[in-house]
Amino acid sequence: MKKPFPWLSTLIVVLAALYFLVPLYATFQFSLQMKRGEWSLAAYESVFSSDVFLSTLAYSAVASLAAIVVGAALVAPTAYWVRLRLPKLRPVVEFVSLLPLIIPPVVLVFGHIRMFGSSSILPLTTTDGGTNFLLVSGYVVLSLPYMYRAVDNGMASIDIVTLTEAAESLGASRARTIMEVILPNVRSSIISGAFLTFSISLGEFVLASLLNRPAFGPYLVQIGQDRAYEPAALAVMTFALTWACMGLMQYFATRKPGQRVFPRLTLALSRNEAR
Amino acid sequence: MSFLKLSAVSKAFGANVVVKSFDLSVRKGEFVSFLGPSGCGKTTVLRMVSGFERPTSGAIEIGGRDVTHLPANQRQIGMVFQSYALFPNMSVFGNVAFGLKIAGASKPEIASRVKEMLDLIQLGHLADRYPYQLSGGQQQRVALARALAARPQVLLLDEPLSALDAKIRVSLRDDIRAIQRELNITTIFVTHDQEEALTISDRVVVMNGGIAEQCDTPHEIYNRPTTRFVAGFVGKLNNIPAIVVDPDAGTVRVESDVVTLEPRAVAGRKAGDPIVLALRPEAVSMGTRSGDVVLEAKVQEVYFLGSVIRLKVAAAGVSLSLDIFNRADAPPPDVGSTTHVSFSSHAVIVLDS
Repeated sequence: MKKPFPWLSTLIVVLAALYFLVPLYATFQFSLQMKRGEWSLAAYESVFSSDVFLSTLAYSAVASLAAIVVGAALVAPTAYWVRLRLPKLRPVVEFVSLLPLIIPPVVLVFGHIRMFGSSSILPLTTTDGGTNFLLVSGYVVLSLPYMYRAVDNGMASIDIVTLTEAAESLGASRARTIMEVILPNVRSSIISGAFLTFSISLGEFVLASLLNRPAFGPYLVQIGQDRAYEPAALAVMTFALTWACMGLMQYFATRKPGQRVFPRLTLALSRNEAR
Repeated sequence: MSFLKLSAVSKAFGANVVVKSFDLSVRKGEFVSFLGPSGCGKTTVLRMVSGFERPTSGAIEIGGRDVTHLPANQRQIGMVFQSYALFPNMSVFGNVAFGLKIAGASKPEIASRVKEMLDLIQLGHLADRYPYQLSGGQQQRVALARALAARPQVLLLDEPLSALDAKIRVSLRDDIRAIQRELNITTIFVTHDQEEALTISDRVVVMNGGIAEQCDTPHEIYNRPTTRFVAGFVGKLNNIPAIVVDPDAGTVRVESDVVTLEPRAVAGRKAGDPIVLALRPEAVSMGTRSGDVVLEAKVQEVYFLGSVIRLKVAAAGVSLSLDIFNRADAPPPDVGSTTHVSFSSHAVIVLDS
């Protein structure tokens, strides 16, 4: 028997899609109306021609990449060790990793300023390098729930204990086991966590603003107060960047070992071989 | 001379002692199986040999070297796991080459040895495949090749056939034995499947409650079990309660009949002692001619198993199983019919009641 068309579920999906897409489309349309009476990319040109835009974006990108490296270096061995040797501690570690979702960033940054301010033993906020370090460490904390969950899920999908034992039975040291067996098998999870960290850190406002860093988040807020069309263009670009990150995350998460990043150019190769 | 030696090895997890003073000597090239029910300690013993568990007390020697406190990666063992444990990020070639790379072998040496191993398991054509592209049986063959590639001193197999379907299990079991014989590698095989253990092994260690109940050849384990647990765990057993009448004459009473056994079967027992006469199904026959002990019986059930027909009969106050060959010209007896069953007194295993 033919199934009736699912009107209700289709309607729900359409309404949900409209809820997300209509404001986005409106923002996009608005960003094209900088010149009166015509549609143009003037707002985008204005944004790209701004040195501040490029410098803040570059600053935030570098800070985000640093946060990814530090976060992955902290989280991957921790998640591995907890699964291998301290499985009873997993609920505790999971709870700790979720704390940044509960504690607002403003609490974290004030903690940083109090702990590492000019009157502390370690006055990191008195130098640019020190403050940058605090910003990156803050980003690491903010992205911890996402990075930990991504890596831990990756480790759950493979049998960490047996793979470790298999590698050790073949003579591998613990370090070699981690580098050659464990990390390559959770690489897609680490990359997923990395993209999430990147999309969270890139437009982050609270930490960057209160630590007085020339980052992209404060720039977005500042330009939103001063201009009309450029913030709309920036919002659309930020959306596009986030979606690109999500797309890449999905691509890497579903890639199987041995699959190439890009398909092999079979035709060109076979021609070369023929010669 | 023993190549692998376990001396009074014990293992406790907290207050729970899972292996109790376990002794074993395995000769070079010998294939020994650990057989027992879940939780009997067989895998724990294997993990202590591999170095993944440290014994609470006792010593382990491999090739004359005390390895009790050596970590797993320094023991020169090869291990095959129930779940295959192939590295998903590496091809078949990469998996088999892993141990050789760790050992610092040169590239040509690695290539040649991997080819040799893959030819041994007849999967040379799949060298570029990844584990997710292989069947369970193929994955376990690769795991075996990987374990053997670096020429380990001892091969440890932890229920390697349990995750495979019946047909592949039998074929891989035969291949494992053939390869083990060809390489003459000392092997420990853990299984809970008695057919596997009896078919493949030079010797079988039957374990129960953390101790080795009996360690002997499959033939001895099956035909001359030394404990009631071994008798009951390995193969099917008919138990007939009996009372010793005259231990010197070897006579015992089964219900109202007096049966004469070999005197040594009841040696050390007193008149009036309750005992159990244990018999394998294949030792009991229909009719009166096949043995010196004859009992009246009533057919309770008939199970057609193909080449064999298993009958369940009521005799001597208990239910007995017996196997007869299936013959097209001789149909099995009807359920409810009365008959005689007989067995040789030499086939009786006398156990404590």
